[in-house]
Amino acid sequence: MQKVRRSPFNLFAVHAILITYTAIALFPVVVILINSFKSRKAIFRDPLGLPDAESFSLVGYSTVFEQGDFFGYFQNSMIVTVGSLFFILLFGAMAAFALAEYRFRGNTLLGLYLALGIMIPIRIGTVAILELMVATGLVNTLTALILVYTAQGLPLAVFILTEFMRQVSDDLKNAGRVEGLSEYVIFFRLVLPIVRPALATVAVFNMITIWNDLWFPLILSPSEETKTLTLGSQVFIGQFVTDWNAVLSALSMAILPVLVLYVLFSRQLIRGITAGAVK
Amino acid sequence: MSSLRLINIDKSFGKTAVLKNINLEVEEGEFVVFVGPSGCGKSTMLRIIAGLEDATSGTIEIADQVVNDVPPAKRGIGMVFQSYALFPHLNVRDNLALGLKQSKEDKQLIDERVKESSRILHLDPYLERFPAQLSGGQRQRVAIGRAIARHPKLFLFDEPLSNLDAALRMSTRVEIANLHRQIDTTMIYVTHDQIEAMTLADRIVVLRDGVVEQVGTPMELYNNPVNQFVAGFLGLPSMNFLPAEQIGSKQGATAGIRPEHLVFGESGPIDATVVYVEQLGGDTNVIVKLAAGAELTARLFGQHKYSVGDKVKVAVDEDNIYLFDADGKRIR
Repeated sequence: MQKVRRSPFNLFAVHAILITYTAIALFPVVVILINSFKSRKAIFRDPLGLPDAESFSLVGYSTVFEQGDFFGYFQNSMIVTVGSLFFILLFGAMAAFALAEYRFRGNTLLGLYLALGIMIPIRIGTVAILELMVATGLVNTLTALILVYTAQGLPLAVFILTEFMRQVSDDLKNAGRVEGLSEYVIFFRLVLPIVRPALATVAVFNMITIWNDLWFPLILSPSEETKTLTLGSQVFIGQFVTDWNAVLSALSMAILPVLVLYVLFSRQLIRGITAGAVK
Repeated sequence: MSSLRLINIDKSFGKTAVLKNINLEVEEGEFVVFVGPSGCGKSTMLRIIAGLEDATSGTIEIADQVVNDVPPAKRGIGMVFQSYALFPHLNVRDNLALGLKQSKEDKQLIDERVKESSRILHLDPYLERFPAQLSGGQRQRVAIGRAIARHPKLFLFDEPLSNLDAALRMSTRVEIANLHRQIDTTMIYVTHDQIEAMTLADRIVVLRDGVVEQVGTPMELYNNPVNQFVAGFLGLPSMNFLPAEQIGSKQGATAGIRPEHLVFGESGPIDATVVYVEQLGGDTNVIVKLAAGAELTARLFGQHKYSVGDKVKVAVDEDNIYLFDADGKRIR
């Protein structure tokens, strides 16, 4: 942990770049947030102005709560996102462990095959997926979405986790074997906690894509009971008239859960619980 | 009864042969050290004995039973790893007890065994701590304790001291030697450090490129190496090698002289010039260049005042010159 001496100029430049980037990234979010608290007129007259006593309005939020089943959509999004993440991490980590740990014929080929999905967008197969879901009677279920998102997330998960699993000390796994632990216990109790930062990374990547996706909910489960939040918000966007208050309010609320999940995972990114297992 | 028997062990990864036809028998209670440069296959050999790696061919017997198809946990071995490999989610007590719990031992027996290893390795103050709260030396003691607790028939050590600093390495070495005396179990120890090999071993197995070069007691190997590799590997500073004719010996052979066998004096058959001096306090290492061209390292006991450029006469007792042929084989 040697502290590197830096010139004040470098320090300033680094911060300037980071602050600029943060501002650019946060700008649209801030615009959505402040406008969600304004009346329709105020949104168009002064899109960047803060809500004041005159322009402050909660009409958007009340529309969202009155029209459609916002909490139902919310719950659907949550189930789909958490369910998909669970399966992506579980199966991704298991496949990665096998690829990293066991020597068998075709190991490299299998790894490449599993990683191939990174380069081929799953949306190309939408028609086939829809036919499959119709045939299996899974249309308009959340299961359909969870299955598709799991398939979509696995290639990158396997790819990233394999690399991390390779770095886990062989000694630790071998010590487990000598002491009589089963491969499952070695995987769940010894290896997974060590690759927790990698799991968190994979989770964050996938979480945002899944939460924001409009494509598959629209095609696979557009029924009222299975709408996700992103799809539910679309009712306010019409061909000719768009209820901007409601759209902005819905979007503002949709940010919250992702933010909470992100905070949870990013703590894992930082925590170094494994210090001391191996030197 | 033999504790470990390796019969015609071969091991290859793909097309690379790592171990070639290894045969070895270890008596009960013996301390055997595998030593060799990195990549010689010594760690692979240990892992094959442990069952963490399958031999490509050959038979492994532990306590007179063939264990080729027995999983590591059922082979009756205890293993200590270079990186300690303690289980990070368990405290010291549970680390010690885990193996016994896995083999479904009686609770009372587990308690006794944990107490016993804790006493032998002075771990009592740390039993409730987690590995992350221990220093390197303490961790390695816990790792050794974990191996002891299972009362193994065979102890395997995989470079257990390489991660420790010099002072701790010395004291842990003494502890391992004491441990062997106390519990009198067969120990197999892998290292690349010849000092560990010389001080701990009843017998040393020198490996090079997957082949056993020589097996014997430390002094047998030091005094009577079968080839140039073994001669050069053991001893510090290592043995000097030079064309034999430069010291008036057999034409075409390579002569080997241990640094402590070179004698400096007023009269001596070989003229040399001092090119470098290392004062170590207890010893003095002097590097001299012979008139004939070769450079030799001499180890003189005590402190000597030589400086670079001094002309010296060097003598060697004829009995202390080892001769090797072009293939490195010893000529007797």
